[in-house]
Amino acid sequence: MATPSLLLLLADGRFPAGAHAHSGGLEAAVAAGRVTDLATLEAFLAGRLATAGLVGAAFAAAAHRAAVPETVGRADALARLDAELDARTAAPALRAVSRRQGRALLRAGRAIWPDAAFADLPATPTGAHQPLVLGLLCAAAGLSRLETATIAAYGTLTGAASAGVRLLGLDPYRVQALLVGLADACDGTAADAARAADDPPERLPAAAAPLADIHAEIHATWEVRLFAS
Amino acid sequence: MRPDTVVPSAVPAVEPITPPATPPHDETVPHTHPEPGVDPHPPLARAGRALRVGIGGPVGSGKTALVAALCRAFADELRLGVVTNDIYTTEDADFLRRAGVLDPARIRAVETGCCPHTAIRDDIGANLDAVDELAEAVGPLDLVLVESGGDNLTATFSRGLVDRQIFVVDVAGGDKVPRKGGPGVTAADLLVINKTDLAPMVGADLAVMDRDARARRGDLPTLFLSIVGDPTATRVADWIRHELAHHAALHPLAVPVGPT
Ligand SMILES: Nc1nc2c(ncn2[C@@H]2O[C@H](COP(=O)(O)OP(=O)(O)OP(=O)(O)O)[C@@H](O)[C@H]2O)c(=O)[nH]1
Ligand SMILES: [Mg+2]
Repeated sequence: MATPSLLLLLADGRFPAGAHAHSGGLEAAVAAGRVTDLATLEAFLAGRLATAGLVGAAFAAAAHRAAVPETVGRADALARLDAELDARTAAPALRAVSRRQGRALLRAGRAIWPDAAFADLPATPTGAHQPLVLGLLCAAAGLSRLETATIAAYGTLTGAASAGVRLLGLDPYRVQALLVGLADACDGTAADAARAADDPPERLPAAAAPLADIHAEIHATWEVRLFAS
Repeated sequence: MRPDTVVPSAVPAVEPITPPATPPHDETVPHTHPEPGVDPHPPLARAGRALRVGIGGPVGSGKTALVAALCRAFADELRLGVVTNDIYTTEDADFLRRAGVLDPARIRAVETGCCPHTAIRDDIGANLDAVDELAEAVGPLDLVLVESGGDNLTATFSRGLVDRQIFVVDVAGGDKVPRKGGPGVTAADLLVINKTDLAPMVGADLAVMDRDARARRGDLPTLFLSIVGDPTATRVADWIRHELAHHAALHPLAVPVGPT
């Protein structure tokens, strides 16, 4: 049985998996003048939760499902998930970011849970997608599928929210209050994602935000930027 | 085991390094004391993995200039890699590439998302990735220099990332800096006080800086430097040679398993 402490540990932004260097697309949205204050940040976060949040949480939950119980054909299942998530990530820049974050999480996971099923991840040269690694990591920590989806959905919110504090100089208390307001939506997204993981990989959610994809591609070409994505 | 600490299982198929014509036996260079029974002064031995040296310090103190100087110093001597951590850009990496002091393939830039200290201390994965990628791209390395983004006096490197750290301050920041202390000044394996050529212009008293550095650092070494006057940072390079010798003694090259 997992302890609540392990849930908190893996959801903590201080868990060393490279999240601090990413704004979840917020830096580009700020530069485009689309996010300027608390209200527009809230809209951005709600949109992110419904798209990248839902998809990432569903794939993390599906990877968790592949990890426990001791599935046969786990490597095949994970390879299919990896390909399906690639297809859902239209922007090459975001594919690269997801794999880079997967590598960072894997490095932490291998150091902390050396016996986890990471060897079954697809051997792509640039690493597996982050949600897949997260699913295996959460399984190794003994967390449930719903807890796994919650960590994934929550992470898509908190990273961008703290980038908002840094980029826009927003009042940190009011940004936290905004996250409190989004908590129900976050839990709902996680529950949807955990249920969706019962479906085969090709049926997993595919919610997308074309503008975020376009922004991500432009952001990757900037000469001066504070965040890697 | 971290992938970056895995000892190569075979001797890498590369040209052996010819030891420098005049071995660096300058005993006036302050250096860490050797392990008992280890002679730190034979020609540089190959280690099982690269020595990773962090170079930190406040903005503009001369970290990139020192990296460039060390690249010049070790050009024909060591298999070198450089990882830079910029706050906003890949400026430092671009500077080094333009300066032509090192093959651009041997330079990697890590983006730190407003938090240069996080990337070298609390969440070191991106830097470890960069170190691994360097070795994958150009083969085994003897020395990797990791430059931190310019930060404040509290920024230090994690021991999980680097084996040694050099903290670079400059005289133009004021001769009070060593007195102010902070973990970089007090605990770095080497403190470099750079831009001594500017001391008369900014009214910095090097004797005061020396006295304060000694008071803060105990037996740890401090070197005064002007990269303008010494473009290969001779004494810093000598210090690194000594540390490389200690490192090689601790991390010997794995002996290939031959037929018995
Ligand atoms: N006069 C003098 N200038 C120096 C010396 N060393 C470096 N500089 C100059 O100081 C400026 C800053 O040097 P950098 O090497 O870029 O400093 P840095 O610590 O890498 O700076 P950041 O990475 O931005 O924190 C440059 O204009 C260098 O040419 C020196 O010994 N004497
Ligand atoms: Mg620099």
